[in-house]
Amino acid sequence: MTNNWVDIKNTDLVLIMGGNAAEAHPCGFKWVTEAMQQRKAKLIVVDPRFTRSAAVADTYAPVRVGADIAFLGGVINYLLANNKFHEEYVKAYTDATFLTKEGFNFDNGVFSGYDDAKRTYNRATWGYQLGEDGFVKVDDAMQDARCVFQQMKKHYSRYTPELVEQVAGTPKDAFLKIAQQIGETSAPNKVMTILYALGWTQHTVGSQNIRTMAMIQLLLGNMGRPGGGVNALRGHANVQGITDMCAYSDTLPGYLGAPLDGDVDRAAYLKRLTGKPLRPNQMAFTQNFPKWHTSLMKAWWGDAANKDNDFAFEYLPKKDAAYDILHMFELMHQGKMHGFVCQGFNPLAALPNKKKLSAALAKLKFLVVADPLETETSEFWKNFGPLNDVDPKTIQTEVFRLPTTTFAEESGSFTNSSRVLQWKEKAADAPGEGKADSEIMARIFVKMREMYRKDGGKAPEPIVNLSWPYQVAEAPSPAEILREYSGRALVDLMTLPNPKDPTAKPTVAVPAGQLSSFAQLRDDGTTACGNWLYCGSWSPAGNLTARRDNSDPSGLGVYPNWGYSWPANRRILYNRAAADTKGNHWDATRKYLSWNGKTWSGVDVPDMRPTAAPEENVGPFIMNPEGVARLHAIGMADGPFPEHYEPFETPLGVNPLHPNNPKAVSNPAARVYKGDMETFGKAAEFPYAATTYRLTEHHHFWTKHAHSNAVTQPAPFIEIGDDLAKEKGFKNGQMVKVRSNRGEVRAALVVTKRMKGLKVNGKTVHTVGIPIHWGFKGVTQNGYLANALTPYVGDANSQTPEFKAFLVNIEKA
Amino acid sequence: MQSLDVKARSGSTAPAPGVRTIPEVAKLIDESKCIGCKACQVACMNWNDLRDEVGTNIGVYDNPADLTPSSWTLMRFFEVETEKDKLEWLIRKDGCLHCADPGCLKACPAPGAIVKYSNGIVDFVSENCIGCGYCVTGCPFNVPRISKADNKAYKCSLCSDRVAVGQAPACVKTCPTGAISFGSKEDMSIYAEKRAGELRERGHKGAGVYDPKGVGGTHVMYVLKHADRPELVGLPKDPSVSTMVTLWKGVIKPIATALMGAAAFAGFLHYVMVGPKEVKEDEKEDA
Amino acid sequence: MDVKVSRRQFFKITAGGMAGSSLAMLGYAPNALAGVRSFKLARTTEHRSTCPYCSVSCGMIMYTLGDKSKNVKPAIIHVEGDPDHPVNRGTLCPKGAGVLDMIHSPNRVKFPEVRAPGSNEWKRISWEEAINRIAKHMKDDRDKNFIEKNAAGTTVNRWNTLGFLASSAASNESGYIGVKTMRSMGVVALDTQARI
Repeated sequence: MTNNWVDIKNTDLVLIMGGNAAEAHPCGFKWVTEAMQQRKAKLIVVDPRFTRSAAVADTYAPVRVGADIAFLGGVINYLLANNKFHEEYVKAYTDATFLTKEGFNFDNGVFSGYDDAKRTYNRATWGYQLGEDGFVKVDDAMQDARCVFQQMKKHYSRYTPELVEQVAGTPKDAFLKIAQQIGETSAPNKVMTILYALGWTQHTVGSQNIRTMAMIQLLLGNMGRPGGGVNALRGHANVQGITDMCAYSDTLPGYLGAPLDGDVDRAAYLKRLTGKPLRPNQMAFTQNFPKWHTSLMKAWWGDAANKDNDFAFEYLPKKDAAYDILHMFELMHQGKMHGFVCQGFNPLAALPNKKKLSAALAKLKFLVVADPLETETSEFWKNFGPLNDVDPKTIQTEVFRLPTTTFAEESGSFTNSSRVLQWKEKAADAPGEGKADSEIMARIFVKMREMYRKDGGKAPEPIVNLSWPYQVAEAPSPAEILREYSGRALVDLMTLPNPKDPTAKPTVAVPAGQLSSFAQLRDDGTTACGNWLYCGSWSPAGNLTARRDNSDPSGLGVYPNWGYSWPANRRILYNRAAADTKGNHWDATRKYLSWNGKTWSGVDVPDMRPTAAPEENVGPFIMNPEGVARLHAIGMADGPFPEHYEPFETPLGVNPLHPNNPKAVSNPAARVYKGDMETFGKAAEFPYAATTYRLTEHHHFWTKHAHSNAVTQPAPFIEIGDDLAKEKGFKNGQMVKVRSNRGEVRAALVVTKRMKGLKVNGKTVHTVGIPIHWGFKGVTQNGYLANALTPYVGDANSQTPEFKAFLVNIEKA
Repeated sequence: MQSLDVKARSGSTAPAPGVRTIPEVAKLIDESKCIGCKACQVACMNWNDLRDEVGTNIGVYDNPADLTPSSWTLMRFFEVETEKDKLEWLIRKDGCLHCADPGCLKACPAPGAIVKYSNGIVDFVSENCIGCGYCVTGCPFNVPRISKADNKAYKCSLCSDRVAVGQAPACVKTCPTGAISFGSKEDMSIYAEKRAGELRERGHKGAGVYDPKGVGGTHVMYVLKHADRPELVGLPKDPSVSTMVTLWKGVIKPIATALMGAAAFAGFLHYVMVGPKEVKEDEKEDA
Repeated sequence: MDVKVSRRQFFKITAGGMAGSSLAMLGYAPNALAGVRSFKLARTTEHRSTCPYCSVSCGMIMYTLGDKSKNVKPAIIHVEGDPDHPVNRGTLCPKGAGVLDMIHSPNRVKFPEVRAPGSNEWKRISWEEAINRIAKHMKDDRDKNFIEKNAAGTTVNRWNTLGFLASSAASNESGYIGVKTMRSMGVVALDTQARI
């Protein structure tokens, strides 16, 4: 979330799309009902199903699964065609005025630079024209045909209300009513918020779904403002924290790009990732990259990382390919991965195409599952009849199952989706011999280190030299670890030389010990910090994540002294944009930050240098080298402007926007593995659009182990509209079989008025709804894992699987 | 709480002490904010240490499918088209309404098995319950359920144990969206009217308060989007204690078919004729 | 709303009705007038926690048995929302409100176990044995498959035949230690639930 949960109460309009906030995040949704009652805010829900969010909404409109960009592109076109954008904001805080390269174009569904064979883009023609001064060329009047604004206008002019209806199935009237309401928030004194979740991410165009919405919020001037933002509601309690810690292959803690095969040394690596301003006076915050990275190396390897050895740069593994989870299971399936450590995760249920996953796990030499509960993954080798039809005798994987604590049985911090770290206390011991995940990882590490010390082996240095300063080596305490990643000065940090007074004697700027801000980090090895974004969370004042002051002097839901919000305890990101170009509040009811003539001040920590006067034109989007937000995003794998592509299993078989280009039916830049393309079904055999989702009564595959939740939603079911039920002669409650090209599930049928066939591209597309929460372990009724059906393909940028749009058939069981 | 806090009790001709006055409480359920998440059901189970059986899916979201001796509250879902092509998914939290004039208490022949405290809570005292089921028949809202395990009647207690120590009922505290609120009956009545007005302003023309007079008003009230048509969410339009008529039918039939001692019959008849009337008189005194 | 009365129930009814009415006729108050159930949290110990399910991260209060005195083993007996928490303000959704049943689920894993290749059952083992065997597997595979240099001669220190999945339900501290140790071994195939 760019904003925070309580801040939702400050909005005038809530759009829920690509998510189902009422069901998935009920306690956060209270700030929606609060806004509706206190601010008279309106709630719009756009979803293939009439959800429980829709039940309390003012306006609901259907959209076909996988057609969100068609809808949102239609909104962009509406805003631009009807002059419903926030001009001052767009000109000053976005790249609308920037000129794009001459070679950039979009033709028949693909952008310039497409390599058909590799399914990737060469992005050389994307991006901005640079002047001789190294800065981007701009046209402040936004009239130049090459400027981002005009390019964007041209790109979306195709997305007419008629096209929205044709592609997304949303009736034109309903679409226009919503577009109009959204457009009203382009007024400087109106703000809209958007709440989304996996309904947008779990598509092969997932990242572009979100970007389209971000573009809308930028056009409306709703980013960085109370009651605004683009708000990902996210999944688990610490999904944000684990993302920030970067437990994935692409990055190191704090989103520092991980070294690649081609980074020959530290200098080349730092050069690749250190930013430089693309416009005058911009903060281009990634200029500080060497400070963050060096401090990380000091936290990990201590004295063994020093100037003489390039701060141990060679210790870091350098990756040669994507190693996201789909790729991991692909490697496993090919027999190229031998060991797998699976912590608090149930991939057999949580990834697509169970058949492939099961076969992949069976090729492992050893599998380690650390979990508080008996997951399906840990028993993938066991026969549960049709629910898991395997023969244990043929599966040679050695499986270890380690009991872990639950949240209640260990202390530590979680980071919520609005970036607030909150400390919790241990309440009781785990039953039996359960241990914290940190202790399990420490024990494995300490044992490995002991063996490498004693017996040697391949490249022992990174292991034996790893900084391990914990009082109990086998069980580092959460407080020790938090202090480590928060960061400290290893020596007294002296003031840097002052060019205005070169004779001045250096004095102690920061005493040795815990640091209070990432601004204090240095690249000379005098600071150690395991995650620069979290720097200061344990400051000299102590553990700030444990703060429990719930006062809110402004009444805007800021709670500045509750826990610790990264970065720098900032509660709304890009908050410079909460004020106009002169530094005044956009509207009187939401006074957040303003320029008082000398500094930026207000109710939150300013996003930029506090002394940057408005006339310096320092942009609010400080992480971008251009200082402004990107409407034209060069960093995307599949195009700088989002385009509608069909799901890989499309009920239409054609992209109505590019009917003559078979290469542009589905996302041209999405990765598809050999053998998986053949597993995709066609509409002739599988005529119904299908989508998987969660229900409010359950949390993934977790609460099926909890009796209370089992009572409230006991057994698997399939949902279809009453129109389809009538057509098929199905009755409510009867057993049905749903088949995709990869597998089948059987469950009871729920027939509802809340799902309707949609008229799309001249035909009626019905949707089959498949809630996911059941499996072959649990205190609920057992059921088929829903991922028996889903396709093994992910988003072109994030590789998040396409769980939300595929094809099935449905018949009597 | 103990006897001095009791305002009325079942099966008794003696007037309740009614000496103490404690504030009358009420729970208000705002249908327009209810997302049917069932947090209230789970909180109820957890507070009251009840775990119903794990059922099956019978084609609806209502789980369990009905109130049971272990499920004292549940969400009922209604897909209605109030206007053409205007689908509404109405969701109502069902459970005891804690009537000011409780039909269950009047019907109950077992002394002290049902009590009404002066704060308005109607509570079942299970050790006194004889499992006859008259409360079921006496209730205009079809709420009490008889347990097969111990042959006693159960229903929502409005968390009388929590309210007794100054806490709100578990369902109220947990409600994520503020659809359930709790306070004095007076405050809740005022807020209910205000909220209904807000909803009418928002376009729900039929919005209003459900606090039916036929049962003397209730200590669980609703703000309904269609208060003019409560039957859309399974609530009787004009509930009254006169539904006791059905009780007589239910009682006389078994009496007639069985051969019983004259004394017992007379005793029972006395209850039938006198009991409820005296309860009514109690109430008049207190009013 | 027909009441079906069994024979046994009928006698209970008549007996109860008779006793009740006769007592009532004599003007006695009923005996055994029970008060409300006693408040079950009166002297439990409270611990502040955070809900493990979604990332609203609601504040929770865990109520444990006893007062932390040495001879009492704390057990979580009840969970409620933390009223001081700015986001949830005491509320909990159905998942959070039922978290006690997850904590005490009959399906909790309580001891380290191993399933041998081809076997159809779990065997309980000690932590020491589990860690030793896992570490040995890992070292064997690392020593066999670790890539020190790529074709261009650049040190790449990569071990890509072992994968690691981190839990989004684990704490920041567990996540950090997992990443730190795995990266030190050269693991590049690591991912998290966040992707899903």
